[in-house]
Amino acid sequence: MYNEIFDRKVDDIGLQTGIDRLTPEKIEKTIKQVLESETGAKLKVYNDTCVRCGMCAQACHYYMSHLDPSYSPVAKIHQSIKVLIDRAGKVGPDFIYQCAQIAYTECNLCRRCVHYCPLGVDTAYMMSTMRRICHKLGVTPQYIQDTAHSHSATMNQMWVKDDEWTDSLLWQEEEARDEFPDMRIPLDVDGADMMYSVIGPEPKFRTHLIYQAAAIFHEAGLSWTMPSLPGWDNSDMAMYSGDFEMMGRLKRSHFECAQKLHVKRIVMGECGHAFRSVYDQGNRWLGWSDYPVEVVHSVEFFAELFKAGKIKMQDKHPGKVTIHDPCNIIRGRGLMEHLRYLAHEICEEVVEMSPSAEYNYCCAAGGGVINCGPPFKNVRMEGNKIKADQLKAAYDKGVRTILAPCHNCHGGLEDIIHHYGIEMDIKFLGDIIYTNMVKTKAVE
Amino acid sequence: MYHSIYDLVTGPLTWLGFGVLVLFGLYKMISMYSLAKKKDGSSIFYVKAKYGIRSILQWIIPFGTTGWKANPALTAATFVFHICLLATPIFLGAHIDMWDYNFGVSWPALPDQVADIMTVLVIAACCFFAYRRIADKNVAFVTTWKDWFALCVTVSPFITGFLAYHQIFNYQFMIVLHVVTGVAWLLFVPFGRLSHAIFGWYSRVYIASEFQGVRHVKDW
Repeated sequence: MYNEIFDRKVDDIGLQTGIDRLTPEKIEKTIKQVLESETGAKLKVYNDTCVRCGMCAQACHYYMSHLDPSYSPVAKIHQSIKVLIDRAGKVGPDFIYQCAQIAYTECNLCRRCVHYCPLGVDTAYMMSTMRRICHKLGVTPQYIQDTAHSHSATMNQMWVKDDEWTDSLLWQEEEARDEFPDMRIPLDVDGADMMYSVIGPEPKFRTHLIYQAAAIFHEAGLSWTMPSLPGWDNSDMAMYSGDFEMMGRLKRSHFECAQKLHVKRIVMGECGHAFRSVYDQGNRWLGWSDYPVEVVHSVEFFAELFKAGKIKMQDKHPGKVTIHDPCNIIRGRGLMEHLRYLAHEICEEVVEMSPSAEYNYCCAAGGGVINCGPPFKNVRMEGNKIKADQLKAAYDKGVRTILAPCHNCHGGLEDIIHHYGIEMDIKFLGDIIYTNMVKTKAVE
Repeated sequence: MYHSIYDLVTGPLTWLGFGVLVLFGLYKMISMYSLAKKKDGSSIFYVKAKYGIRSILQWIIPFGTTGWKANPALTAATFVFHICLLATPIFLGAHIDMWDYNFGVSWPALPDQVADIMTVLVIAACCFFAYRRIADKNVAFVTTWKDWFALCVTVSPFITGFLAYHQIFNYQFMIVLHVVTGVAWLLFVPFGRLSHAIFGWYSRVYIASEFQGVRHVKDW
């Protein structure tokens, strides 16, 4: 594979500037350093024992969309990290460009392929290691690097300044006065039952989601708070850029924020990757066997509220709704039953996609791919025709709404439905719950 | 001349084969485990036997997993291949006679005709694997000399054993070649692609623990 021309190179200033700075010596030294000091038996075993059976191909949405063998999970390994291991780092800068493009933009780390592998090879782990090497070499797509820089400069993903954060919350509280005169978005309440944490794009682009969550908590009469200081953002693009040091800092900051407020637990908004960082990767990088403050995803949390009768629906969402299962909370955390319980509680009719639950096809946005920005938008669109086919099949059954409790999935699915002309709406759980719940504390 | 070569291959060379298999196999297992303890602490911390056993049981049931169900022909070939690959040499009458002659231990043998059919099945499965390596574009794309080497090493003792049993070509040459290729098989199990015989269990237990223990979802 090394000598073949990579025929789908996408121009990206971050990748290009990165490889322009490389020398063969630096490449070899960095790769050896990562392989020797940061990887162990896992990588060796996977690299040696994968029998190249090709069973993983059909698991991957990129392969299923292109039907080109170079997109199968094993092929992505074959064209990137395997070569680095076999050649002990003796590769040129152009090859690093290829590795980076494959690892950052042609794999969503969704782990669907693991369900198909008879030997349990964790392709996502190998791709993450590939990204780690690229990060250490300074070869990362421009947009995701900008996000990682934002994390390191501001401790949030979107360059939101401290005063802008609280300003957004106060703005939403003020907005709510017309509907819920007594509603507050409590800040820094010591000893509250829960701290609500969101991702950077919520105050930046989707502020209404904070309003909706606050309205639901207000209606349920909960003791809750949001933090006013850094740590409020639970997102973690550093995990995906390969900047694990920053990933550790982010998670520490998130948990310390909750600990300072002495809250009983953290409830996270409808995000997938941030949850992965908390339960799977960030905590382990820090050497924690578990996290110091209990963390609950909003899918579980909303299910709790419904089961306890704290939230009731006035009406159910009309028409047929299908569920898009986000990889990081379903395949990553087994929340499919919670999600189905909620979907049936809040929607008139639920039509399952095929395949669904832990076997669902990825949105092609997660794993940091959407964060690699406009240069790679077509990679996502062409690489996820299979998702469009899946959605069209649901559309043909009369489904007009997709329920997707994950920000990345929203971004990815919105692009897909526009690109392929599928007239469907995408909803968060909070969208439907807020719109249709019984609002005992609202005026009018 | 023939007798001295035969004695050499069935004596010291076979000892070497079993010696390397056992010693290097053990060495590689232990060294890999200690490397995992040293470097992959945040992974093996979560490893639990019950998850691993559950996963292994699921995967050794034909068509018991997503992967097996999605690939029926490959699944059938894989199961037939592995069962015959292990059972034929262990339960072949001629092999048991040698164990009996050398060490005084013996166990029930398969009827020769059955062993013969099983040998053909191994060869047929390997032909199928070879066909996939060429004809299936996904497999062809990632196939290297290592995969062909592993396939050749695996099938050679079965081809030579079959030819020797049926006295096709020169028996004396073929039986020596059979022992030599059999020893090569033993020598290479701990290395490269064939090492999945040893480490496949490791990776299965590990990924099962990640999926079932950490992610609360099944790994199949």
